[in-house]
Amino acid sequence: MRPFAYSRAADVRTAVGAATGTPGHRTPPTSAPVQFIAGGTTMLDLMKLDVMRPSALVDINGLSTEHGSISVDQGGLRLGAFVHMAAAAEHSDVLRDYPVIAESLQLAASAQLRNMATLGGNVLQRTRCSYFRDTAWNACNKRAPGSGCAALEGVNRRHALLGVSEKCIAAYPGDLALALVALGATVETVGPGGKRIVPFERLHTGSDMPEVETVLLPGEVITAFVVPAGAWTRRSTYVKVRDRQSYEFAVTSAAVALDLDGDTVREARIALGGVAYRPWRSHAAEAVLKGKSLDTSLATRAARAAFADAQPREYNRFKIDLGQRTIERALLQAQAMVV
Amino acid sequence: MVTDIPDTGGLKRRDVLRSTTLGAAAAGAMLTTDWAAEAKPPAQDVDQAAPLDDGITIDLVVNGRRNRVTVDTRTTLLDALRNDLGLTGSKKGCDHGQCGACTVQVGGKRTLSCLTLAVMVREPVTTIEGLAAPDGTLHPMQQAFIDQDAFQCGFCTPGQILSAISCVDEGHVGSSDEIREYMSGNLCRCAAYPHIVAAIEQAAPKMRKA
Repeated sequence: MRPFAYSRAADVRTAVGAATGTPGHRTPPTSAPVQFIAGGTTMLDLMKLDVMRPSALVDINGLSTEHGSISVDQGGLRLGAFVHMAAAAEHSDVLRDYPVIAESLQLAASAQLRNMATLGGNVLQRTRCSYFRDTAWNACNKRAPGSGCAALEGVNRRHALLGVSEKCIAAYPGDLALALVALGATVETVGPGGKRIVPFERLHTGSDMPEVETVLLPGEVITAFVVPAGAWTRRSTYVKVRDRQSYEFAVTSAAVALDLDGDTVREARIALGGVAYRPWRSHAAEAVLKGKSLDTSLATRAARAAFADAQPREYNRFKIDLGQRTIERALLQAQAMVV
Repeated sequence: MVTDIPDTGGLKRRDVLRSTTLGAAAAGAMLTTDWAAEAKPPAQDVDQAAPLDDGITIDLVVNGRRNRVTVDTRTTLLDALRNDLGLTGSKKGCDHGQCGACTVQVGGKRTLSCLTLAVMVREPVTTIEGLAAPDGTLHPMQQAFIDQDAFQCGFCTPGQILSAISCVDEGHVGSSDEIREYMSGNLCRCAAYPHIVAAIEQAAPKMRKA
């Protein structure tokens, strides 16, 4: 690991100030010289791999005093960005009213990592693409813009087939983000320009500029996620298919939420993991379901729509089939829920 | 370096390694530590960016004892425990948060010490060395691991035991399936998993009683 300076920020203003106005602060946050650290589970991992090379870390755990709680009211759910994954996964209101969020967290990482990682850091977790994580590979447009992509013709079994480009086919690795994008959450931030609110669906940017992963500016901190209440949040679930039963990233996954009138779909929310460059809400699949009676064949049609634009590579073609079945299972499981 | 360790008259293998292969680096670090403890006030509240070439002096409370150490900002809690405090029970497996061998409790919560910077630790730490009673009586979980033959090589065992205690504390021992799910962050290359589950099932009621 390269040497770095360390400081602590007690509040948001100090944190933002510490990470702005420094040389290079106009570079994308992923490569900015000053980085925030909270749980540190991604940051330290990538620093040990020499993928992240900050010259200074600003410890922002002190912000948990102000942004570390969960509240629920009629308008919806508010998750402080400094809540730890374990706390949100076991929160009684989240379990009851937003099961897709609780399940996405329970099925993520390990108990130790869930104790350490914050929600804000979790949604910013970087890809597990092995060509990104291993600096022995020269070609990686995420690490070194313009250097190419070793995964295009490499072992790309774990890579994405939705939202990809010739520049990057890395898969977004997280689970919570899928629940949040499916439920139409918003992200509250504080940055050099003050507070702002960003739709979760617009937080992560596309594969045309792989080195820029989010719309966040250097020095901008996520402070909360707000999930609007809706008739669909209780009938929601997260299905995650993995190479081993626990403690593994998704090969494919689906976050779904349904509002049903009998078997007729009033509202459907579908997001996909393991298969897309960024947290992927499938409006195409949702449109197939709306107003129709949900059964196996309708679920299949929705699942096909979700993958209509898939761009598979040599080793990840199987994810079209597997991803479709994952959506089907999630939809039928949600339909069977007693809410 | 693969050589037979000679009879060193009471010296442990680790001491020999430290005095040979680690040699100068280890000795240097320890000298710095002692000197810094004398010369510097504690800097537990680091509100200014620490200069790159200087260590930071921190107080680490480990197993009920306060320790003042000077560490590089890069030092993980795991390295501080093993190299600075000589508590080598916590193991370095993958050093990337994937194996669980480094699991300790920080503030009562199971935590990966390899992905924790020592300078960021603000709560008391419990390691495998802090579990037994002063008279040597083992923690119910340690005893259960022995009774159930829950290890072979033993390398993952300290992390397994700390994680297992948290698993009970968190209330995730309702069934063997639940134990497996909530212990999945601790890998055992010897695959002693069935015995580890049995040990947790043995220790859980005793821990609740205690």
